[in-house]
Amino acid sequence: MLKRIRITLAVVFITLITLLFLDFTGTAQQWFGWMAKIQFLPALLALNVVVVVCLLILTLLFGRIYCSVICPLGVMQDIFGWMGKRAKKHRYSYSPAKQWLRYGMLVLMVAVMIAGFGGIAALIAPYSSFGRIVQNLLGPVWAWGNNMLAGWAAEHDRYMFYETDIWVRSWTVFAIAAGTLAILAVLAWRNGRTYCNTICPVGTVLGFVSRFSFLAPVIDTSKCNSCGLCSRNCKAACINSKEHRIDYSRCVTCFDCIGSCHKGAISYARRTSAATVAGKQTEVVDSSRRGFIAVAGVMTAAAVAKAEDKTVDGGLAVIVDKKVPERRTPIVPPGAVSMRNLTNHCTACQLCVAACPNGVLRPSTDAASFMQPRSSYERGYCRPECTRCSDVCPSGAIKPITIEEKSSIQIGHACWIKDNCIPIVDGVSCGNCARHCPTGAIQMVPSDPDDENSVKIPVVNDEKCIGCGACENLCPARPFSAIYVEGLRNHRII
Amino acid sequence: MKNKINRRDFLKRMGVGAAAVSAAAITGCDSKNNPVTGNQTASGEIPMGEMTYRTNPKTGEKVSILGYGCMRWPDLSGGVGRSDADLDQETINELVDYALEHGVNYFDTSPAYCRGRSEEATGIALARHPRDSYFIATKLSNFAPQTWSREASLQMYHDSFKKLQTPYIDYMLLHSVGGGEDAMDTFRKRYIDNGILDFLLEEREKGKIRNLGFSYHGDIAIFDNLLANHDKYKWDFVQIQMNYLDWNHAKEINPSNTNAEYLYDELDKREIPVVIMEPLLGGRLSDLPDHVVARLKQKEPERSVASWAFRFAGTYPRVLTVLSGMTYMEHLQDNLLSYSPLKPLSDEEKQFLFDTSSLIVQYPTVPCNDCKYCMPCPYGIDIPAILTHYNKCVNQGNIPETSQAPNYREARQAFLVGYDRSVPKLRQASHCIGCNQCIVHCPQNIAIPVELHRIDRFVEQLKQNTL
Repeated sequence: MLKRIRITLAVVFITLITLLFLDFTGTAQQWFGWMAKIQFLPALLALNVVVVVCLLILTLLFGRIYCSVICPLGVMQDIFGWMGKRAKKHRYSYSPAKQWLRYGMLVLMVAVMIAGFGGIAALIAPYSSFGRIVQNLLGPVWAWGNNMLAGWAAEHDRYMFYETDIWVRSWTVFAIAAGTLAILAVLAWRNGRTYCNTICPVGTVLGFVSRFSFLAPVIDTSKCNSCGLCSRNCKAACINSKEHRIDYSRCVTCFDCIGSCHKGAISYARRTSAATVAGKQTEVVDSSRRGFIAVAGVMTAAAVAKAEDKTVDGGLAVIVDKKVPERRTPIVPPGAVSMRNLTNHCTACQLCVAACPNGVLRPSTDAASFMQPRSSYERGYCRPECTRCSDVCPSGAIKPITIEEKSSIQIGHACWIKDNCIPIVDGVSCGNCARHCPTGAIQMVPSDPDDENSVKIPVVNDEKCIGCGACENLCPARPFSAIYVEGLRNHRII
Repeated sequence: MKNKINRRDFLKRMGVGAAAVSAAAITGCDSKNNPVTGNQTASGEIPMGEMTYRTNPKTGEKVSILGYGCMRWPDLSGGVGRSDADLDQETINELVDYALEHGVNYFDTSPAYCRGRSEEATGIALARHPRDSYFIATKLSNFAPQTWSREASLQMYHDSFKKLQTPYIDYMLLHSVGGGEDAMDTFRKRYIDNGILDFLLEEREKGKIRNLGFSYHGDIAIFDNLLANHDKYKWDFVQIQMNYLDWNHAKEINPSNTNAEYLYDELDKREIPVVIMEPLLGGRLSDLPDHVVARLKQKEPERSVASWAFRFAGTYPRVLTVLSGMTYMEHLQDNLLSYSPLKPLSDEEKQFLFDTSSLIVQYPTVPCNDCKYCMPCPYGIDIPAILTHYNKCVNQGNIPETSQAPNYREARQAFLVGYDRSVPKLRQASHCIGCNQCIVHCPQNIAIPVELHRIDRFVEQLKQNTL
């Protein structure tokens, strides 16, 4: 019964959280956005005391229920573990805790985060790992399915579904997500919750608390015949059936042992001051994932494409893809407040990246801010009516802002590159940047101050420019725009 | 959650729709007339040997009132042949065979059509039939400044013979005179200064060209000038844009255009045969607002909306042939039905159409006929696709004036989702830089960049909910 409740809740959580990362329409976010916000690490980084305290109390009362129900990465591993168990029954066995590894990882993580390398910490954080896997691996499949429906709807002149772009934001992060999934799948298939009890920092922290939990599985030694079935079915490898001891710091309260015992010797009950096993240290193979960090791709520069010759009757000019300009200061979305705030709070879960409807956000590949969101405007720009990333962020890295606030937050400023500017290169009038500037920061002025009729070029009023990238995105110069945005380390209000 | 319910509703409706379709299919077997060809169901078979013909006064030859416009041949992507996909030669052959079989004998092409592939495809299809069973019309389409030279123009002229596989051209036209920033100047550069018009007159003497004429759009000064010189040039025919909307509303739609009534009367006075183009305004006169459709259908419930436009054009006796760019067999069949034989409009019916056109001009559509002469835009914009989508939304009532409009939500979704579907993002109006290079090419004199910027502002208002 307990197990059934656990599984039901777990399925609900993992399904809806997965949906958060997939649903690009933002509908799921409106209803289930809170599910991301109650994740431990994001809540901690958002300094969301209420959630953190509640989670700790929950663990103190019931053990690491969090790991079995709320944490999507944990539930995902259970799915692989379940498949593993179908392949071979009773496949687990007890092993002592690998304390030095657990605490080592925790200390490392805290140290790295304090040092300001949140991106590296994010490599081992559970919720963000899950987000990356869904966004990178499942996202394209979902979008593809949607596009099939959209195609069908278009044929029938319906407007319920609309097509969405399918693109990989960063191949590095894609590789990391794929690698994480592969390792977790193998570990979970063979040994259950190895990751949760050796690497996961959240698991370690909650383990401190669950050691003293009010309710827990307890072995009634009078009924136990030491058959060891419980131990061989424990995915956390925490039941020492020979000594009738359970390591509650590692137990994820899955209730599997209760069902596995033929004698009814295990029950979920108030704990007597029975033993908690402090594991002995043994040799361990460290499955480091740093090896998966690939190197960013190299860009090849190309000359600015010339506009196509004019013939008549049909045909479409070839449009060259825009390339990412080299920005001295990266751009982070409005609501991030500053580069520092983002770096300190971001868990790199990719929720904002998945939610961005304009193709602006993608994970960074810099070491210091690894996998944290960065803005770039080749595919779209930060549209004035959109606050999606600030709505979804669970960790306070991108703080909630309103649409009204957004148009007054300066996240960067536009810079003009004369050599790319179409009026100068092609000698035709343009002004597309000025026409689309939402704050009216760009004016078109004659290029020759003495000649009113000379071609007009854009001039930017830095005080008014908010760095939304409309100009950069809509600039006809390709592959490099004639106007591009430099980020601001600290956002300003104008 | 709203969206979710919508989707569920959607699927439900889908199911109902499917059920309805199958039900119709079953009951269809019981009714007396077996519906095979949609629109023309009740009227039955497409008649053979009933085509109306007009006589060319110079040669005495009989020209079918329906002329086949070869600007919109189908391609293999299933669209109209201006994409990158190859033309669908097999289907083109079928269409040509069917047309000839049903009495069509005038085929109008140009070196520019279907991105330069129409002449060849038309030639292949026609060469499978005896040369004296059809008339070929083609044009000297030297629009682009790089083809203004005598050599380039002659090259274009001679290529037409090769591609059309013919020793002579029945109807040769100076293509779209009246365009360009300075129409008179452009005309001089294309045909006078390089001696091409004189050359064509010589070719007519030699019999290589059997009839010489011109097609006209735009600046009326050129039209008047060429007609004033009729004694010198002896135009055998002239091709004009004529339909019940342009008859006396052309000026209203665009002040720089001229009413078709004037054009026709001028030609009629001089007894010059008239070839009609854009009888349907590129399909705009069949894709009309619902209540206009209802009005036309009510009067002729068994005939298509388009049939009114074709009957209108054919009713005028000086008209030699009416061109229609028929991409699909259904279009061809519908037009054959309208002209086999032609039932000329009565005065009362004409008045009915003029009243109808007064209703149509109240809709603020952009007068784009999707001819694609403006394409390719050097900056990649898909101009006709944008304007066509906009017009579609105008006709369907999906251009809300304020966010308080009762259908605002649905209209907004239909406009924006439909926009992304009809036009890829990078080819939308937001990318129009206003270089104005397209304007001179538009036969309808649309201020294209102005319209695109206006549509773009509207899109922004919809997206930002600031209407």
